[in-house]
Amino acid sequence: MFGRRNTNEGTMVGSMTDTRYDISATSAAVPEGGLGTVGDFFALLKPRVMSLVVFTALVGMAVAPGTIHPVIAVTALLAIAVGAGAAGALNMWYDADIDAGMQRTAMRPIPAGRITPGEARAFGATLAGGSVMVLGLLVNWTAGALLALTIAFYLFVYTMWLKRRTPQNIVIGGAAGACPPMIGWAAVTGDVGIEPIVLFAIIFMWTPPHFWALALYRARDYERVGVPMLPVVRGPDETRRQILIYSVILVPITLVPAVMGFAGVLYTVVTGLLGIGFLAFAIRVFRRRGEPEGGRAARGLFAYSILYLFLIFAILLLEQGLGVASAWTWSGLWSS
Amino acid sequence: MQLSEEQIRRRRMRSVAIAWILAVLVAVFFVVTIVRLGGNVANRPL
Repeated sequence: MFGRRNTNEGTMVGSMTDTRYDISATSAAVPEGGLGTVGDFFALLKPRVMSLVVFTALVGMAVAPGTIHPVIAVTALLAIAVGAGAAGALNMWYDADIDAGMQRTAMRPIPAGRITPGEARAFGATLAGGSVMVLGLLVNWTAGALLALTIAFYLFVYTMWLKRRTPQNIVIGGAAGACPPMIGWAAVTGDVGIEPIVLFAIIFMWTPPHFWALALYRARDYERVGVPMLPVVRGPDETRRQILIYSVILVPITLVPAVMGFAGVLYTVVTGLLGIGFLAFAIRVFRRRGEPEGGRAARGLFAYSILYLFLIFAILLLEQGLGVASAWTWSGLWSS
Repeated sequence: MQLSEEQIRRRRMRSVAIAWILAVLVAVFFVVTIVRLGGNVANRPL
């Protein structure tokens, strides 16, 4: 579709010569197939990403009005997890050439020679189709369609189109990672309201500072394989400026759930404090430009950003679990 | 093509994993069907 095909032997060929990276120079001998362990196939699913997807989808379910039978909820989360894993596997299939040239990803199953690109593609496509069908048939088709859209966006728009072409790749591509709360919400309600769109916006605005912090201290890797991440194309100083801008926009957005009334005072206080911490890390990245201080600051922001997003959604979940979101809101405090 | 001992072992493990996944899928479809139909699951002409 995009002028590029991985053959079953793992040779990268096609017309997209400006974005090509020669896998043969770096990867292990390409196997004939059948060498992958169950663990290798599980690694194709990007389990750490999958866990964050499941968690944010669960929060989307928790804040949704109405009820869902626990069995249906677990089924929905399982399908969303498998769908996210399928997108990861298809991403690893398509990006095997650049994974082979990057220190962080060189030991993934395909570049390491344990799974062939053809096996990964078949595995990912099967799981993608299966997860969408399960979510659609057993939960509802709004959630199923959203999951299909998310997988397609991640594969075709982010992986195949944007990643190798523009430094805005992770800005636009971040939409795929921001969708799980909407899918979780849709699993309960059968539609999409303004609340899950706010949760989408939080993850969407969080993604650029998160990935650009990583790209700052992995810039050489990205440069070597020709991925036009912001530090490679516009330089580290512009990246630090953009991280700060996105962080300044992100922090107020995280407070919108409290303004809209589906998060309470606990959420506001904790998220406000966490936001101050996020801005402090972003300012540190902006100011510390030499090495090794600059690299340390970027690593610090990257690590904190993961904790930050997890805690924000954990507080939302905690408030829903304790029933304090609706009982202890700002409007309730004002009127009492 | 002659498979090595290691390839045969890994293929067996993959087959076992696929069998488990299919069994879980069957169980999920069965349980969800019961949940969705509720008491109506027994409401059919005999």
